[in-house]
Amino acid sequence: MSVHDLEPITALGGAAPQVDTVAGLTCTEVTDLALASVAARLGQEKACAKKLKALLGDAAPGPGKALLAAPFSAMWMGPDQWMIGADFATHEDLEVQVKTALRSTASVTEQTDGWCCFDLSGDGIAPVMELLCPVNMRSLQSGDAQRTQIHHLGCFVVCGDPDGFIRILGPRASAGSLHHAIVTAMQSAL
Amino acid sequence: MIINHPLLGPRDSAEFVYLGDASLIDRPDPETATAEDWHAYGYLRDNPAGELRELWFHEGGDRSWLVVTRNTLTHEITSVEMARDVARAQGRSK
Repeated sequence: MSVHDLEPITALGGAAPQVDTVAGLTCTEVTDLALASVAARLGQEKACAKKLKALLGDAAPGPGKALLAAPFSAMWMGPDQWMIGADFATHEDLEVQVKTALRSTASVTEQTDGWCCFDLSGDGIAPVMELLCPVNMRSLQSGDAQRTQIHHLGCFVVCGDPDGFIRILGPRASAGSLHHAIVTAMQSAL
Repeated sequence: MIINHPLLGPRDSAEFVYLGDASLIDRPDPETATAEDWHAYGYLRDNPAGELRELWFHEGGDRSWLVVTRNTLTHEITSVEMARDVARAQGRSK
C-alpha cells in the first residue's frame, strides 16, 4: 500500500527551509545536502586514501580541513575518517555511490538524516560564532573545518569564506535547539 | 590549561573529558589473565605526586582519545600522543 499524502518536512519541521536575518547576517536552513561518513578500515588506510582521491578528484582533506568541491565535498572528522557531502537531488543514494567507489577499504555510513545544516552568510560571522563556540573564527581560512560544541551539541563548522560564509552541521534531533542558539547569538551580537 | 593536540594544535582543556590513568590501555589478555590481574586492571591505580600518563577524550573536538603526560603537582603537560598510536606501539589493535 502506498501513501500519497505525506509531505516532506525540513529538520526544523517546516515545509520550506527557514531563513532568519539579523542586521546583515542571514542564517539559512539547508535541506539539499546528502551526507555519508567514511572510516578507513584497519590496514586499508592507504588503499582507502587512494580510492577516495579518485572519487573526490583531489586528496582527502587533512586534520581540520575540508575539500570544498563539486560534485563531492569532504570534511576531515578524525584520523582516517571523513564526511562526504553532495547535492541531495542528484546524490540521494550517496552512501551507495561512495561505498561502490571505496569497496572494502572503508566502512561507509549513511548520514543524511542524522544532521541538520545551517549556512551563515553576510557580515558579522565572527562576533556571532565567538558567542557560540570556542573555535577561533578570526583565524579560519576558506577550507578550514572544525568539530566543536555549540549549545552543548557536537557540531561541525566549515569555513567557506572567512569574510562572509560558513556552514554549521549539527545533530538533526536537536535542530531546534541549535537554530535557537544561532539566532539568539545573532540577535545578541549584531 | 592548554592541551596541545597532536593533530589540531593547542586546545583549551575545557574541550576535553578526563578519564584517568593511561594504564587502562593495558587490558590483560583474557586467555591468560588471572583474577588478580583483572582486579589490578580494574581497581588498582598509582597516585603519583609528579608525572602521570592519563587518558583524555576530545569530546568538544575531533573525538580522539589522547595519552597526556601531566605533572600532577604543577599541571605541566610534557607530552600529548594519540592513544591509538600508543596502543598500536604496544602491539594492540591487531
